[in-house]
Amino acid sequence: MSTAAAAILWTGATFYAIFGGADFGGGFWDLIAGDAHKGERPRAAIQRSLTPVWEANHVWLVFILVVLWTAFPQAFSAIFSTLYVPLALAVLGIVLRGSGFAFRSSVEGLQERRAAGAVFALSSLVTPFFMGTVVGAIAVGNVPPNGNGDAFSSWLAPAPLFIGVMFVATSAYLAAVFLVGDTRRAEDREMELYFEKRAVAAGVVAGVFAVVGLIALHSEGHYVYDRLVHEGLPLVIISAICGIGMLVVLATGGRLLLRPLAAGAVVAVIWGWFVAQFPYLLPTSLKISQGAAPDATLGAIFIVFGIACVVVLPSLLVLFILAQSDMLEHEH
Amino acid sequence: MALPGAIPLAASATTNLFAAREQMSFTLAFHIVLACLGVALPATILVANWIGLKRNDHDAIELAQRWSKAMAVTFAVGAVTGTVLSFEFGLLWPHFMERFGAAFGIAFGIEGLFFFLEAIFLAIYIYGWKRLPGWVHWWTGVPMFVTGIGGAFSVVSANSWMNQPQGFALDAAGKVTEVEPFKVIFNPATPYEVPHMILAAYMVVGFLVASIYAVGMLKGRRDRLHRLGLLIPLTIACIATPVQLLVGDTAAREVAHHQPSKFAAMECIQNTGAHQTEYIGGICTAHGVVAAIPIPDLDSLLVGFSPDSKVTGLNSIPNDERPPDNTFIHLAFDAMVGIGTGLLLLGLWFLYAWSKKRDIPRTPWFLRAVSISGIGAILALWSGWIVTEVGRQPWIVYHYMKTSEAVTDANGIWGAFIFTLLLYATIGTIAILVLRRMSRRWREGGEGTAEDMPSPYAPLGPKVET
Ligand code: HDD
Ligand code: HEM
Ligand code: HEM
Repeated sequence: MSTAAAAILWTGATFYAIFGGADFGGGFWDLIAGDAHKGERPRAAIQRSLTPVWEANHVWLVFILVVLWTAFPQAFSAIFSTLYVPLALAVLGIVLRGSGFAFRSSVEGLQERRAAGAVFALSSLVTPFFMGTVVGAIAVGNVPPNGNGDAFSSWLAPAPLFIGVMFVATSAYLAAVFLVGDTRRAEDREMELYFEKRAVAAGVVAGVFAVVGLIALHSEGHYVYDRLVHEGLPLVIISAICGIGMLVVLATGGRLLLRPLAAGAVVAVIWGWFVAQFPYLLPTSLKISQGAAPDATLGAIFIVFGIACVVVLPSLLVLFILAQSDMLEHEH
Repeated sequence: MALPGAIPLAASATTNLFAAREQMSFTLAFHIVLACLGVALPATILVANWIGLKRNDHDAIELAQRWSKAMAVTFAVGAVTGTVLSFEFGLLWPHFMERFGAAFGIAFGIEGLFFFLEAIFLAIYIYGWKRLPGWVHWWTGVPMFVTGIGGAFSVVSANSWMNQPQGFALDAAGKVTEVEPFKVIFNPATPYEVPHMILAAYMVVGFLVASIYAVGMLKGRRDRLHRLGLLIPLTIACIATPVQLLVGDTAAREVAHHQPSKFAAMECIQNTGAHQTEYIGGICTAHGVVAAIPIPDLDSLLVGFSPDSKVTGLNSIPNDERPPDNTFIHLAFDAMVGIGTGLLLLGLWFLYAWSKKRDIPRTPWFLRAVSISGIGAILALWSGWIVTEVGRQPWIVYHYMKTSEAVTDANGIWGAFIFTLLLYATIGTIAILVLRRMSRRWREGGEGTAEDMPSPYAPLGPKVET
């Protein structure tokens, strides 16, 4: 049962990585889009595709937190009492981002809109980076099972930092790929090319840092590294194939498989991480089964998760459909 | 690699405790006001929308549109501040969650579900103005009303559980070994805390919205829109108030029976016994209350319907289990009850005038009273939470875990707290400025309504200026 609860946790992480990641990545492209004049069109495209979904995207994070503290209270406490510095910085990013985005769409005047936009964009960088260092610190085993690990050396190490950068690059990559699709549907050829170039660049950077991270993992996190190149190897290969496949598709001008490939690369990495950690929640000191809540609690989580699938997903779908049709309406 | 326990910790547990409490109470106090809007605005909007549809009343429709737009902004800030609270459970109280997360944590999952749905339907509702036929559109708003109540129910039940914990078993090491989720959610404090909070949300929203229009009317804007904007929310709030006082009265009696240390602090009862005097105001000392208005026997009468009812005083409670800051708790309780009574009188005034002339009282004093009622309701809300939370001290889970055992050993909480104060002050100010600017744009007329007002949630989103 505890493994199923862990799987729910990782499912939440998968959704957060894909949708939340793309969301943060949009902010990244916004940040480096250049001055008001040059950046106007890309920024408009980004805002158009982010607005409908940004709230939905961050709810996945709340979901992960709740499942973690309910199903695995000990791990939750250990992680938060050790990695409180990057976690506090990540939540700061979330606050600034959420309010920056909310206010940007409600204020008028270029100056203010720009200020709100800058806050939004900058914080889009901060959150994925620090989330990445948290994941990295957990994976290399720097979180002691009873908490209170070192507040700095636990995450200020090569592997967590590389993984942080990889998170930023991956979000940028996901966002660029999604934006290629969106701008294509809007028949905006120029923007399509613009994001296509960026998708390739970000994909390459993400790939490089994935490899560098793996090398760092080799020296810092034996357990996870070993399992990643053995049990987890198929998933690593899938991820690599998806990544390379995407570059090929982009180079040949194909569009159809872009999103599945981009998402596939990310999904494979996340589940590769799951397989590599298994059966540990905190490698190699706390097993999933050791830290789990009583069965009745896990049962309640399954029920809530089930209801979420039945009730929330269809409503969300309605919203997405309305959003898409509305976007079409605007283009024509 | 860091070794557990190998690092000397600079932060001392006592200063951390104080800082963490301040941080928690400040961020909660901020969130709860926005939360009230999320809980009670949907019904207020739907009533206006319903009147608009039934009577073909454009002003009512206009109000419903405006309020739903404003809600989109407050909801976004509410979601962000709520996420901060979730992080704080781990950042400030890791040991609390470690021990009891398995027991009461799931309530927050249910809360998340409800508020997520609320966000989705708020977006659909805003989107639906002018796009969906009137009544269909009205019905897309109904889920918001349900989810607001459902979400409030689940979080507040988590808080009630901290006051009257049950539904779990501990092993010798204090680890939760068995959980009965239903007993956790439907604990003995749920039946009064949940309705009390939901009614509080309706009072806060009703009086707050009415007070905005009252200020407008005092400035001479006496058009029909303002009148309606005052009447609809004020009526809702005035219906909620008497019920709220009855629920509060029940709550107080329950607290007297089940959380005697909290009750003794609320009423400054020093010695256990019958014939307890009720003190209004004053300062609590070890020898009783000074500078208060005493009403003999009333306290016993309220608790047990007879002057002979015995009430527990602080002398029966071990020294280290007595709540701190008695005077503060006592005054907060009096403030809540006093404001509640004042708002009840305001409602009676309104009722009297309405039954006579089918109109709000003519005198500007009525508008003045309404214009401060919103702030008053918020103060009552905060006071109530102070009674509940500070009155429960030194326990974080009543009789199971002390707050001092729950707090983190992390460094830098004071720094984070000061930073949070500044950050929230900025966000709050900007939010108010944005809302005011929205209202000015509406007043100036023209494009202000449903379609063009950008909203962070609506699928429509801001029209992008290219
Ligand atoms: C508009 C707000 C408002 C008003 C007018 C009142 N209350 Fe209240 N009260 C709250 C808003 C509130 C609250 C903020 O919502 C609390 C905090 C926790 C809760 O469940 O409700 C609360 C808590 C609370 C508690 C503590 C419950 C506990 O710790 O378990 C008691 C005993 C009362 N109230 C009693 C009263 C009485 C006797 C009132 C009037 C005659 C009254 N309240 C009016
Ligand atoms: C579901 C709702 C709530 C939960 C689960 C909750 C939980 C907590 C926790 C964990 C603490 C820290 C430990 C402690 O000091 O007891 C706390 C303290 C506090 N909370 Fe709440 N809280 C809730 C609602 C609120 C609200 C809405 C307010 C609004 C004003 C509030 C005011 C406070 C205050 C003033 C303290 C500090 C008490 C003290 O340390 O003296 N709480 N609460
Ligand atoms: C310690 C206690 C609390 C925590 C950890 C918490 C957490 C959260 C979180 C994570 C969200 C965002 C959910 C989403 O976006 O889907 C949220 C929103 C919300 N919360 Fe809280 N919350 C707490 C206390 C309360 C209380 C006491 C209420 C009162 C009834 C409340 C009412 C709301 C509402 C109505 C929203 C929707 C957003 C809004 O209307 O502004 N919360 N909360």
